[in-house]
Amino acid sequence: MREAGSKRRPWIAAGFALALSAAGAQAGPESADPIRLTLHDWTGQLVTTRIMGEVLKRAGYNVEYVPADYLAQFAGLKTGDLHVAMEIWETTGRQAMDEAVATGLVENLGETGMLAIEEWWYPLYLKEQCPGLPDWRALANCAPLFATPETAPRGRYLGGPVTWGGHDEERVEALGLDFEVVHAGTDAALFAEIESAVQRKAPIIAWVYAPHWAPIRYAGEWVQFPPYEPACYEDPAWGVNPALAYDCGKPRGPIWKVAWAGLGKKWPGARAAIQAFRVTNEEMGEMIAQVDLEGRSVEAVVADWLSRNEARWRSWIGQ
Amino acid sequence: MASLALREAHGGRLFGPAAVGWLAAAGLSLLFSLLPPRTLPAFLYELPRDWRLPLETWLSASMAWLVEEAAIGPLRFRDLTRALAAFVEWPLALVRALLVEGFAGSGSPGAGPFAAPVSWLAVILLAGLLAARSGDRSLVLLVTGSLAYLALFGQWPSAMVTLSSILIAVPFGVAIGMLLGIAAFRSARFERLLVPLLDVMQTVPVFAYLLPMLFLFGFGPVSAILATILYAMPPMVRVTALALRQVPSEIRDFAAMAGCTSRQSLWRVLVPAARPTLVVGVNQVIMLSLNMVIIASMIGAGGLGYDVLTALRRLDIGRGLEAGLAITVLAIALDRLGQKAASRGERTRQQSADGLLDRPTVWLALGLAALATTELGRAFPFLAAYPESLQVSTGPLWNELVAWINVHFFDQLETLKSALVLNLLAPVRRFLLAQPWPWVLVLLVVAGHRLGGRRLALTVFALAAFVVATGYFEKALVSVYLVGLSALVATAIGIPIGIACGLSDRLWRVVEVVVDTLQTLPSFVYLIPVVMLFRVGEFSAMIAVVLYALAPAIRYTAHGIRRTPPPLLEAGCAAGCTRVQILRHIRLPLALPDILLGVNQTIMLALSMLVITALVGTRDLGQEVYIALTKADVGKGLVAGLCVACIAMIADRLVSAAAAHTRRRLGLVP
Repeated sequence: MREAGSKRRPWIAAGFALALSAAGAQAGPESADPIRLTLHDWTGQLVTTRIMGEVLKRAGYNVEYVPADYLAQFAGLKTGDLHVAMEIWETTGRQAMDEAVATGLVENLGETGMLAIEEWWYPLYLKEQCPGLPDWRALANCAPLFATPETAPRGRYLGGPVTWGGHDEERVEALGLDFEVVHAGTDAALFAEIESAVQRKAPIIAWVYAPHWAPIRYAGEWVQFPPYEPACYEDPAWGVNPALAYDCGKPRGPIWKVAWAGLGKKWPGARAAIQAFRVTNEEMGEMIAQVDLEGRSVEAVVADWLSRNEARWRSWIGQ
Repeated sequence: MASLALREAHGGRLFGPAAVGWLAAAGLSLLFSLLPPRTLPAFLYELPRDWRLPLETWLSASMAWLVEEAAIGPLRFRDLTRALAAFVEWPLALVRALLVEGFAGSGSPGAGPFAAPVSWLAVILLAGLLAARSGDRSLVLLVTGSLAYLALFGQWPSAMVTLSSILIAVPFGVAIGMLLGIAAFRSARFERLLVPLLDVMQTVPVFAYLLPMLFLFGFGPVSAILATILYAMPPMVRVTALALRQVPSEIRDFAAMAGCTSRQSLWRVLVPAARPTLVVGVNQVIMLSLNMVIIASMIGAGGLGYDVLTALRRLDIGRGLEAGLAITVLAIALDRLGQKAASRGERTRQQSADGLLDRPTVWLALGLAALATTELGRAFPFLAAYPESLQVSTGPLWNELVAWINVHFFDQLETLKSALVLNLLAPVRRFLLAQPWPWVLVLLVVAGHRLGGRRLALTVFALAAFVVATGYFEKALVSVYLVGLSALVATAIGIPIGIACGLSDRLWRVVEVVVDTLQTLPSFVYLIPVVMLFRVGEFSAMIAVVLYALAPAIRYTAHGIRRTPPPLLEAGCAAGCTRVQILRHIRLPLALPDILLGVNQTIMLALSMLVITALVGTRDLGQEVYIALTKADVGKGLVAGLCVACIAMIADRLVSAAAAHTRRRLGLVP
């Protein structure tokens, strides 16, 4: 996975002189050390990171990809072992990100342009069995449809890992839904259960997020809860249940780019390029589908994108 | 059958005064579980926050101090650990360059490497020759076949990344382990200090110390390797101390008579004499290192572990299985090579004169040949990298198989699962969680006292009190429930299989492959299909735990049964025993210590799976450790991890004491 080892350093200076003259780039690399971008285990993140990495390479930077765990990586970002993380989701990584930024060792480089959606989701074939969906009020009557022997007579809602938060227990109580929240331990387990239910056309309602391959692969819909407002989470009086908070849907939020605080000092040009990086949900969905559903390689999909959007990424690196 | 023998062994004790006491205790426990909720005050189930030992905060604070401020003179502590990391980084970079990346000529993009990595053909060739040195043809087939699998299924580049980490971690683990083991052998006081430390190292879940490792040693393959060494080394220490102690006293006396200095006597006499047992330790280090591949990939080691995780996140079960099997294949090939290398030790010394492959010139020529294929790879790409067009994948097949089972048999599986959950899992869980901590402490202390005297009672009390004082009692009970039931099921399945394997060599050859696979295949690979068929939850977690913890129950039982001294068997035959009688009255009682050791190991392995079960949504100590990792909470992770270690040590001490008790009862030990 790593494309350039740190052992290359002694030869690097010469290499860069060469690369510079060849490319004739205006924004040259300020340091020849490799910029380390983290790779996680979901396709969308691999795509965004590869796009950024390839663009930086074309600007003459030495780039290294390091596989890392989504949350464990903050330890590395703080110490400067890792430099850039391309996708920190408002919805799942906010707490870790805020904690890291508060130390002053990590900085937030702004939005990626993608908007994270997280919500209760169901496959389309359930619409006949539970009329009234996607409105959340329909769930009140269909809870037994989603029941399993362990949860009966209450419905079973498959939530994300405990660490994702999400306040689903509170939501169920505040909206008077007759559901039991079961937490999947990991993302993989969560989608394994959805896949299994879809194969059997069995009832399931679960926490799904986008951009992700699942809402592309399976036909389905988000449940429409009363839309989120900050007041809903903070003020019990807000919304349909005057006595409890969380009587609304989940917040939707941006996906952030995060970097080691020393990035700007060492590679100011790279920092500016990363700050300028923007892609949309639609583009991303398309690329994820190409990789996960059509089986193309991430590298090929990224190369396609780069050749189709040359003007865009050139502006990021000031060319 | 085993239970039959056990009951016989206990004999009359069932109705003694002690039995009455235990019956009364069971009655009281049952009473607790029947109490309506909230009859007893809440602090009897979990200490309120203000009463707890603030160990987590202390640990987090001291970790922060260690990373940010601690210094010895002008040298910051962190710089020291970083220097240590660089010490490991250097050989790793070398091996990686050799196997994966090639040596860089210049940093400019597009400029080819100065020297290409060793080609796949050359690696297979060299490994095959290494195996050929043993003169065992089936080993050559196994090793080359394994490596060919890696190339054929497109796992080669990742496998080499993993292999280079292993090639660094194993020698370090073996060397450090041996040195510590020798120190323990020489000084009893050092050993007394070391043993509890080893226990903790082996039982604290890796996730718990991953964070401190990351802070101190940086993010990347080096931290992963250091974590691997830490995890894989303890058996080497234990085995070394044991092996040296087992060297017959005649040999030791001989060394003394020959006038050896203590250094000479150690390295020239004791270590060579202990070699066969030392190899068992090396084997353990290799196996455990490969167990860490998945976790290591989470902190930047890449390789096969990363491929497994990526494939499974995409629910590509087939691809995940192929990458997982690549780990297994690598483990088995390395293990068998290591075993042969060890047993070769004595033989080659006699044969080396005529062994063609032992001549340095032959090796030089082979090395040159390998280099040639590597260099030729520039002209003929298929030599450098196995061509993609010739790669195969059985991926889709596996995905379809799971889908087919899912569509056709889900209802039957669901019925079975519901019956088990409602009638077994749920009642046991309710029963355990209803026990207040003072009562559990009393029970543990009494059990400890009966089995091992005052010392054991005190140890067990201290360990359990730690769990209560840190506020993890309830989570610990959930863990005990998960692990206890799984270990019970695993032994119930494993011991009969083990007995059958002990009696039939042919069966054992088949089962051994299955057992090896189960132990080295990352559990994540089968966790996903299990979740598809049984949903997220404790039931799925238990299946994964049972599958993993089954191995020692089978292995040790088979070993014990097989080891029955032939004279005793002949005596049995002569006395006219039937096969069943021989098994029941001779083989089983003699194998009992081995079986109990297997049970002990089954419990330990089941506990080590706690962190994995957190990945399918259990709410136990494993989950706490996992949450701590995701929130970068060093203190919480370590404390919850130590609680797991406490449970493990309590179980270990009690089972060992019970085993000793039984042995005395059977008259196996004077």
